[in-house]
Amino acid sequence: MSELPVINEFGQGPITCHAFNKDRTELAVCFNTNVVHIFRKNGNSWDVQWTLVEHDKPVTSIDWAANSNRIVTCSQDRNAYVWTLDPQIQQWKPTLVLLRINRAATFVRWSPEEDKFAVASGARCISICYFEEDNDWWVGKHIKKPIRSTVLSLDWHPNNVLLAAGSADMKARVFSAFIKGVDKKPAPSPWGEKLPFGTLCGEFSNGTGGWIHSVGFSPDGDALAFTGHDSTLTVVYPGTGSIQSIRAPSLPYLSLLWLNSTQLVAGGHDCAPHLFEANGQQWAFAASLDQATKKVEVGQSARDTFRRMDSRGQSSGSNDTELATQHQNTINSIRAYEGTRDNVSKFSSSSIDGRLIIWSTANITKGIANLRI
Amino acid sequence: MSNTLRPYLNAVRQTLTAAMCLENFSSQVAERHNKPEVEARASKEVLLNPLVISRNDKEKVLIETSVNSLRVSIAIKQADEIERILAHKFTRFLMQRAESFVILRRKPIEGYDISFLITNAHTEQMYKHKLVDFIIQFMEEVDKEISEMKLSLNARARIVSESYLSQFN
Repeated sequence: MSELPVINEFGQGPITCHAFNKDRTELAVCFNTNVVHIFRKNGNSWDVQWTLVEHDKPVTSIDWAANSNRIVTCSQDRNAYVWTLDPQIQQWKPTLVLLRINRAATFVRWSPEEDKFAVASGARCISICYFEEDNDWWVGKHIKKPIRSTVLSLDWHPNNVLLAAGSADMKARVFSAFIKGVDKKPAPSPWGEKLPFGTLCGEFSNGTGGWIHSVGFSPDGDALAFTGHDSTLTVVYPGTGSIQSIRAPSLPYLSLLWLNSTQLVAGGHDCAPHLFEANGQQWAFAASLDQATKKVEVGQSARDTFRRMDSRGQSSGSNDTELATQHQNTINSIRAYEGTRDNVSKFSSSSIDGRLIIWSTANITKGIANLRI
Repeated sequence: MSNTLRPYLNAVRQTLTAAMCLENFSSQVAERHNKPEVEARASKEVLLNPLVISRNDKEKVLIETSVNSLRVSIAIKQADEIERILAHKFTRFLMQRAESFVILRRKPIEGYDISFLITNAHTEQMYKHKLVDFIIQFMEEVDKEISEMKLSLNARARIVSESYLSQFN
């Protein structure tokens, strides 16, 4: 294994969400507060470059538009801001988005073309926001029906029109977010041909029920994967109508990412990213990417043992406090770090323990090859 | 550990581990609020089915889970009147100091002796598996504690009665 996971420890509290810029030299992170920190890479460490203070409740999601270099943040204070970098004074300028929602915003993602973004919310709706030139502000259009609970996650289809949403009413749905004047008519796909705004193109459940924590379109957009609180990962192919639910060997997943059209990783309460692989359209759990090797106890002298007994009243070396995995707490976000959408070569995962780890998929394939012998 | 205690605690441990999958979830009902859903009970879809694990008719654990919080209520073994009084005094002592126990609830759920309320804020600050360990350890210790107290109470009663009756020699 040539490339080990790169661990970035910030130690400023739980990371709720993170986003990298295009060339991965800058990183926006929220440490479970109302402030977003933007770090700049400095050798192997990260230095705080800017702090974005405009929200007054914890920031729930950040997304960085790679090409247009704009950041969108949303928070439990019901607002979303689009941040643009002023090139003269080198400061990020916020613009309030008219979301028109009256509950917390939970999740935000730019569309692939970066001309609009979707905000999920606890008001049982999704706000599709686009820039209105006439009024010079971002306005939102709502998708309301038939969502019956908080929307927890979103993902855009590569065609810039379709949007997948997973919500706490135990359904994953695919909607059309076609905005007249912004989008061109999309090419027909397995999801449908005529797609006016708000069309429900598919509604799926994972069989046993459970809040849908994460959704993701495959790189070509012809399949949808979602993870539920019942510890399942479900992959749906609308073209053939196949729906396959795989029971995970562990606790529920909170985030998933397609590496390519036959592999995806999911991570969550188990603190390790798990790899799933497809054989045709048949998916199966392949391996845990965190091999969870127990840290070897070195130099445990009798003196240390006595000292531990004396100071903490523990007779044995208590190494069960730390988990064997790299992440010590729930992984809540997995994002692509390097490579294209149909071939992700590195991905980053952030966790409640305050760590952000960059995993390389090169050693995954190698590691699995080793496992198969 | 007796033969029935181990599977009982094991079942509680597994259930707690599965139940402690919490996330930050702000209220769907009140604007800008963020409350433990298991207490607020405002939206039905974010509550999971409550679960009772019982060892016998007196000792049981109720685990109620929601999207951002979980409530564990424990019924402590009370075989006789003395144990009942001791358990009551003991839990009362703890619950009056609930702030220093962080996850302790100030009042138990009806039908139980002591309740813990764990929210997503707690699982963010602390290791989840250590929280589970804490509750399991509490369940192990509390029985021991009460039977020890009962023994010392009996011993004390014996000494008192002896010294009282020695006057009449």
